[in-house]
Amino acid sequence: MIVLLASLPFYPLVSFLVLIAFGKKLSWQLAAIISVSSIALTVLVSAILLFELSASQNQVLTVNLWHWFDLTNQMGTSEVNMRFYLDGLSAVMISVVTGVGFLIHLFAAIYMKTDANFSRFMAYMNLFIVAMLILVLADNLVLLYLGWEGVGLCSFLLIGFWYQEKSNILAARKAFIVTRIGDTSMVIGLLLLFNTFGELNIKAVTTLAQQGHNLAAGSSPVSSAEQANDIYWIALLLLGGAVGKSAQLPLQTWLPDAMAGPTPVSALIHAATMVTVGVYLIARMHGIFLLVPEVMNYVAWLGASTLLLAGVAALAQTDIKRVLAYSTMSQIGYMMLALGAGAWSAGVFHLMTHAFFKALLFLTAGAVIYALHHQQNLFKMGGLFKKLPFETSLFVVGLICLMALPGTSGFFSKEAIIAQLWSSSTAGPMLWWCAILGALLTSIYSCRLFFLAFLGTARFSENTHPEKSTLLRSALIVLALLSLFGGLIPLDLTLVFSTVIQTPLAQLIEPTWLHTVAIITPFIGILFSWFYFKNYRLSPLKGTKHNIQPSKGKFVVFCRQGLGFDACYNALLVKPYQWLAQINKHDIFDQIIMLNAGYVNLWHDSLIFVQNGSLRWYLAAFGLAIMLLLGVSLL
Amino acid sequence: MTVIPLFHVLILSTLLFAIGFIGVVARKNTLFILMSLEIMLNAVGVAFIGAGSVWQQADGQVMFLLILTLAAAEVAVGLALLIRMQKKYRSLDIDLLNQMKG
Amino acid sequence: MTLSLIMLALLITGALAWRAERYWQGSAKWLALMSLALLAITFAGFVINYAISHNNDFAQLQVLSRINWIKTFNIQYSIALDQLSIVLIALTWLLAIICVLVSWREIKRHVGFYYFNLLLTIAGIIGVFVAVDMFLFFFFWEVMLLPMTAIIAIWGHEKRYFAALKFFIFTQVSSLLMLVAIIATGYFHLLQTGQLSFYYLDWLLLDIPLEISQYLMLGFFIAFAVKLPSVPVHSWLPDAHTQAPTAGSVLLAGVLLKTGAYGLIRFVIFLFPQASVQFAPIAATLAVVSIVYGAKMAFAQQDFKRLVAYSSISHMGFVMLALFAFNSMAYQGAIVTMVAHGLSSAALFAMAGMIYQRIHSRDLADMGGFWQSAPRMGGFALAFAGAAFGLPGLANFIGEFLSLVGVFQVMPEFAIIAALGLIGSAIYGMVLFQASFQGAPKREIIDLQSRELIICGSLLLMLLAIGLYPMLLLKFSFGV
Repeated sequence: MIVLLASLPFYPLVSFLVLIAFGKKLSWQLAAIISVSSIALTVLVSAILLFELSASQNQVLTVNLWHWFDLTNQMGTSEVNMRFYLDGLSAVMISVVTGVGFLIHLFAAIYMKTDANFSRFMAYMNLFIVAMLILVLADNLVLLYLGWEGVGLCSFLLIGFWYQEKSNILAARKAFIVTRIGDTSMVIGLLLLFNTFGELNIKAVTTLAQQGHNLAAGSSPVSSAEQANDIYWIALLLLGGAVGKSAQLPLQTWLPDAMAGPTPVSALIHAATMVTVGVYLIARMHGIFLLVPEVMNYVAWLGASTLLLAGVAALAQTDIKRVLAYSTMSQIGYMMLALGAGAWSAGVFHLMTHAFFKALLFLTAGAVIYALHHQQNLFKMGGLFKKLPFETSLFVVGLICLMALPGTSGFFSKEAIIAQLWSSSTAGPMLWWCAILGALLTSIYSCRLFFLAFLGTARFSENTHPEKSTLLRSALIVLALLSLFGGLIPLDLTLVFSTVIQTPLAQLIEPTWLHTVAIITPFIGILFSWFYFKNYRLSPLKGTKHNIQPSKGKFVVFCRQGLGFDACYNALLVKPYQWLAQINKHDIFDQIIMLNAGYVNLWHDSLIFVQNGSLRWYLAAFGLAIMLLLGVSLL
Repeated sequence: MTVIPLFHVLILSTLLFAIGFIGVVARKNTLFILMSLEIMLNAVGVAFIGAGSVWQQADGQVMFLLILTLAAAEVAVGLALLIRMQKKYRSLDIDLLNQMKG
Repeated sequence: MTLSLIMLALLITGALAWRAERYWQGSAKWLALMSLALLAITFAGFVINYAISHNNDFAQLQVLSRINWIKTFNIQYSIALDQLSIVLIALTWLLAIICVLVSWREIKRHVGFYYFNLLLTIAGIIGVFVAVDMFLFFFFWEVMLLPMTAIIAIWGHEKRYFAALKFFIFTQVSSLLMLVAIIATGYFHLLQTGQLSFYYLDWLLLDIPLEISQYLMLGFFIAFAVKLPSVPVHSWLPDAHTQAPTAGSVLLAGVLLKTGAYGLIRFVIFLFPQASVQFAPIAATLAVVSIVYGAKMAFAQQDFKRLVAYSSISHMGFVMLALFAFNSMAYQGAIVTMVAHGLSSAALFAMAGMIYQRIHSRDLADMGGFWQSAPRMGGFALAFAGAAFGLPGLANFIGEFLSLVGVFQVMPEFAIIAALGLIGSAIYGMVLFQASFQGAPKREIIDLQSRELIICGSLLLMLLAIGLYPMLLLKFSFGV
């Protein structure tokens, strides 16, 4: 069984290598079969592993692949190994990654069929799964970082998959560099972590930190005051990494642009899996975060503000994929909020359900875009309800999960989060209200999206040509079923999040109306939109010219452009860096050193002037010199 | 026979030398430069003869004879070069020969 | 003895190649390739044989021969090996073979003389790594310099004379300082023990008061800092790299810069430990400035090779920072970085050479969209750029991570600023890769040929091997 765990990332790796090596020589069938079946194999193996895990005693499986390197400090040496560690949390992650990954691969194999670089695309997707599996299975933070950068690289490659477009490669570059800023913060966090604990093994670090904390509670507060300070910074720096990857404030700007990639990529990487690894990281390191309630509080506030900002921005978008991108951001905000409030299981649960329904939404959006000849503009859609009934119904399923209508998977997970906010010591009523407001925004932008795209009149002229492949449709149907009933999957993470320390519970009495408000909020949103977005919903009366145009109001445009973050970073960071590079293009140090050369040249030039080759000049100088000498000697 | 003071002879020779020198420096035409050179040589010759007559010794005249031969030889070489120059450059401008400038 | 013969053999085959090219065209490169491969194998055999027969793992310097050379000044021909020099010589062999392979088609004029110079440089480099008599070390230091200058000046690009002159003057002036320091230390040995000596192991026993040793250390430090190179004496590097032929750049970046790092380890830190500790804050500051400044300058470049050259400055800053942290882990990190940078920058320069052969330009503005016609090349370019910006799984990451962890324990502020270099490296890495291989295709180029595939493949394989299994290198202690 251990061998199975060790082999998990290697099936897609082999497929990646084969696809890269033979590339265009492979036919579509062969490339599709290789890449999809490798993921299918991974799904199979993870299913066996899950079974195995639940049967094992302490619900942990580990396997050591090989010894990577050693790290030493004054406390001693610790090994950093290529070692996989499977517990409840990583089990959830691998099932999401392989399960959703498989469905998306299946979808992509058909969706991308006509692309000239099909095998390269599938190779990247496979490589992504490899990196993602390493990330979630890593038992130490260095290996996790390997996966972390690996998924970043794949994200870069896939955003820029259609690399001939300038805008795509700029989006890819932006995604890579912005997340790299977060990654650097994480690296510094790792350095501090190792310096403090002498370990980078996740389990060991957690144990050490909590031991230290418990000791501090008893005696010797002097030595641990420093450690507590270190832990505060460690948590903050790790949060920086999570913020970068998970597109939270203030490093969220790359995600909307990342929609330049093909739609399956947006579904797999920028909705279901990669962008949630920040959540995974914090959940994984919960032992550290629990020790610093201040940082937990920051996490909660960060999540809440992203949730609201992204919700507002989603309301103003015109591109169907960008609406979904902002929605992803805002849903990850929910997860962060949950983590900040200490609702670990709820956060991870929402991660899972979100992966289902957001993948469904993206893939269905992809199918719609495909049917409309790559039209992504919402204001050029409309009335698809009649033309694409299959896609519409799936999209509705996705949206009701997103809005968390009772009974859907989104409902279970989101309710689980909201229910724990009010009385949490690191969250509280304020954040509860933020979450409710976020839910309201979610249902409003979902309705707006639905009305614009599927109701009203058709605002395009071409015929639709939906892809009717059975495989593609079955992938979508499975995702829809998962979205609807995924909430019923029993998720027991108590063993993972059973913590040694007890945080004192705030004695807040929860008002009885809390749950009622939480449940009816989405309906209020729907009701509001039903009237407010009437124009979008209804067909125009006969004879009247009824053209829906995106609003050009200043505030709407401001929201559409991501609330000014891009412009701000551009002015504060990008421009100065470019300016600095430009102004010092010729290397000031070089110029200083070349001054020496200039000095020598100056002498050279002045002496050359004397050597002008003219006999008469020489003679004149000769005579002058003699006269001078005579004069001086006579005087 | 009045004796010309040495001082006057030296003034004459200095003047001649200066005229010759200025001629060499200021003239562009190589022929005139050669002629000015002759003047300078003769100025020195005057000084030698004057000095020889003051000290009543033949050395000064011997030196002048030497200068005379030297001048003749020099002019012979110089004129030969002059002819070459005229053939090559179609000009006698000395500044055309500044090819050894740094 | 074998080692001396290997160096001599390089010289002789070099001369032979020079002559042979006159009679049979195309024989020089085969001769160079064959002799390099053969000598590399001989070297490996010698080291393994020595290790087994003497039951010795080269943890300490093993003196292999010591012969009187100039008796009056007690100068000896003495050479030795230890783990550090073995690793660096192994790197030299690998890159030397790569150098011959990249010059295969590129060099068209004075072919024989070219291979003579190349082999002579390699002989000089190996000499630098094995010499333990300081006078001999200086001798080899000059030997490797002269043919290198010739390679830049004769087979370089459009501004080759200027670049060669700059390279020559920088290294000459700095090595002059080293010569003064060498003579002064030898003289100090005379004062202290009554006998003049330039023997490294004698010097290790010297007890030099700090006020003297700091000046001596500075003499060595400046010479090696120029070679490394470190800001502010780095500016010969971009010019030399840009103008040199591909093999010249590969050799410069891959090995010649490492002689600077090697010198810092052996002749600055081990000879003058106290003075170096005292000097560490300044050196570390220079290193950090190099890291950040190099990354920033790399971003500003339009020339493929110049960009890579500035990135080298940034990477070698990591080496210097790690060395002056005086921490065993940082030290290991520095050595891994040296090897990793040798491989990755050599690979990037080889890539630049391959592009230049196809489009006759190094300007990024003339490139773009090569992925369309040369996907293999693009894949390799991405992997090498990834190595340059420290992608985990490739060798550079291990080196940088170990260095940073080590440095952080001693000087956390420096480590944090150095870590910011990671952002800078991502930026220039992206610019380099995207400007050349992505975007709208500007022209069609031929994909990698089998010879080029061997070059790129072997370098990538080495990078991956060290990145995934760094114990290959880390199991040695390198004389800590």
